[in-house]
Amino acid sequence: MATPNFKHALFCAIVTLIIAYPILGLNLVAQGTKVGLEGATTSTVISVVLAAFVVFFFQLFRDSIMGNLGKLPKLNPLSGREPMPQAKRAKLESWVLTAIVVFALFWPFLVSRGSVDLATLVLIYVMLALGLNVVVGLAGLLDLGYVAFYAVGAYTFALLSQYFGFSFWAALPIGACLAALFGLVLGFPVLRLRGDYLAIVTLGFGEIIRILLNNWTAVTGGPNGIGGIPEPTLFGMEFGRRVKEEGNTSFHETFGIAYSGEHKVIFLYLIALVLAVITALVIRRLMRMPVGRAWEALREDEIAARSLGLSRTAVKLSAFTIGAFFAGFAGTVFASKQGFISPESFVFLESAIILAIVVLGGMGSQIGVILAAIAVTILPELAREFADYRMLIFGAAMVLMMVWRPQGLMPMRRIHIELKRQE
Amino acid sequence: MQDLLYFFQQLINGLTIGSTYALIAIGYTMVYGIIGMINFAHGEIYMIGAYTALIAITGLATLGIAWLPLILIVALLCAVIVSSSMGWAVERVAYRPVRGRHRLIPLISAIGMSIFLQNYVHLAQGSRNIGFPALMEGSFRFGSAEGFQLSLSYMQITIFITTLVCMTILSLFISRSRIGRACRAVSQDLGMANLLGIDTNRIISATFVIGAALAAVAGLLLGMYYGSVDPLFGFIAGLKAFTAAVLGGIGSIPGAMLGGLILGVAESMTSGYLSGEYKDVVSFSLLILILLFKPTGLLGKPEVEKI
Repeated sequence: MATPNFKHALFCAIVTLIIAYPILGLNLVAQGTKVGLEGATTSTVISVVLAAFVVFFFQLFRDSIMGNLGKLPKLNPLSGREPMPQAKRAKLESWVLTAIVVFALFWPFLVSRGSVDLATLVLIYVMLALGLNVVVGLAGLLDLGYVAFYAVGAYTFALLSQYFGFSFWAALPIGACLAALFGLVLGFPVLRLRGDYLAIVTLGFGEIIRILLNNWTAVTGGPNGIGGIPEPTLFGMEFGRRVKEEGNTSFHETFGIAYSGEHKVIFLYLIALVLAVITALVIRRLMRMPVGRAWEALREDEIAARSLGLSRTAVKLSAFTIGAFFAGFAGTVFASKQGFISPESFVFLESAIILAIVVLGGMGSQIGVILAAIAVTILPELAREFADYRMLIFGAAMVLMMVWRPQGLMPMRRIHIELKRQE
Repeated sequence: MQDLLYFFQQLINGLTIGSTYALIAIGYTMVYGIIGMINFAHGEIYMIGAYTALIAITGLATLGIAWLPLILIVALLCAVIVSSSMGWAVERVAYRPVRGRHRLIPLISAIGMSIFLQNYVHLAQGSRNIGFPALMEGSFRFGSAEGFQLSLSYMQITIFITTLVCMTILSLFISRSRIGRACRAVSQDLGMANLLGIDTNRIISATFVIGAALAAVAGLLLGMYYGSVDPLFGFIAGLKAFTAAVLGGIGSIPGAMLGGLILGVAESMTSGYLSGEYKDVVSFSLLILILLFKPTGLLGKPEVEKI
């Protein structure tokens, strides 16, 4: 056994102990006005020590472990197969998508109200993730303040309905367009910045919007938020038990069926579904249009793209604006679903979750992003006892994905030719 | 006279906060200078430093030790050791494997690490904010008894002195020591330094360790100054420090110091003359404006785009 390996392994194990024990093993507890210290349970201490041992042995036999891992047969039996021809693949994909949409249309009538509600939330995240996918995945602009546009959409609807009595349908395009306008106005100056600076500036912008919403109490209600946001109506038919607005009728009376709270939930779900499908289709078209190609070209090689005559600002700005537009869309639906919004819903963490969805799904890949949105939203609901660990796992997953599979779980495929390496 | 005193009070408060921002900003600026990435998890390292210091202080109090200098030194040592180990481990786990890939990949990895560390402390220590015991009370007061009094607390003086000492040690270290010289070489040209026999991996690790150690010092100081810590406390401070680093010119150590002080004063003037709620807005707007109009910062070198 080589000595340097042993030394390194010992060092790693000690570092593991140092970073884990004080934080995990000694708990600060408030005792009245003072603070006391409590030792953690024995099991925590044992697991910290175990972790140190695992690190030690892994580092000690690192070379042989990694070597053997490399020799293991590929777990995926399909990995050696030729990729499907593009035409067949596209056809299959569109069939699968159609089947999913049809299934999603009928599904809410079969399950409980709670699951439909959750599904609506999933669809909102799908919209957000698809929108961010344009910005991050296709155009390669890391936007950490995406939630700001979501907030603009939600607050536009809330404020318009509160002060001017706008309905959902009138506010939907306005909210989305206003969010897009925000994207345009913010994007115009900042898109000249390099990738990582852009990330920080958008993060700062997101925080600014949230702080303004929080403190501009006269208009936005500050931390108390805005309540009483109306639900969408179907051709002037309301879904409540009683009609709230003059001139509207109620859904259950018109059709002569008994009132049920489920109608409203299902209707909202269907709206979200339709909007999510529209989002997906529009972006799918855009990806194949010259502007979509230009996004990717600029992401891959900015200098080459510019020398081919693409306008850097115009291309980036279009991606940014379109991303913001769909965030506004999702925001309006969100406001209508919750009936109440406050700045609490638009914190940085939300941006990080949406980013995590895009990263996990595979930057640029629509199906991957949709599946990741579903997984990320539903898994914590299924495993409620692990709900606390949700963000911990997200963080770890983001790191691991970047290290092992930066292209995501379902990477985007494109027709391409790989150049052979020159020997 | 009153107004002048009030102004000076804000100035003192601003310089206090600003000097701790400068300590954190050095970590950002050194890492950026060497490998060109934003270490998003740096704010969390600072937060962990503050937590460790609090754990050490509480531990000593439980043991019945009450001699202030001993408490401070032990707390400082614990914070520095834990934070620098954390900095080393973070670089090893999350940044080294993705080094040299597309620019967004290390950044996303860093964001993931930041979320992970935040929740690690959140789960281990709870999400409520925990009070730091008041170890250093009292202040020098100037001005008339009936009107506004300018106060300079012992805590503020401690912060100034500690920051000054740290900065001096760092400057000497960078300019005189072997590792410091290697650091400068690596930040000028990583590949060339490697060819000349510098173990660049070790130098990069050292950069993370130094940055984390300074962040831990800032964690202890700011924790004591504000009187409480919570797991989210690193996020905003990290952003502010990053702003400071950009303001001074990212990659430049004197720039980070200057940027920190300017940012601290700007913030404290905003809360003194406008409203405390808008101080974050002011610093983020400052960040956006600098990046737009002078992306190289005050003391930074312009970056030449290589084709």
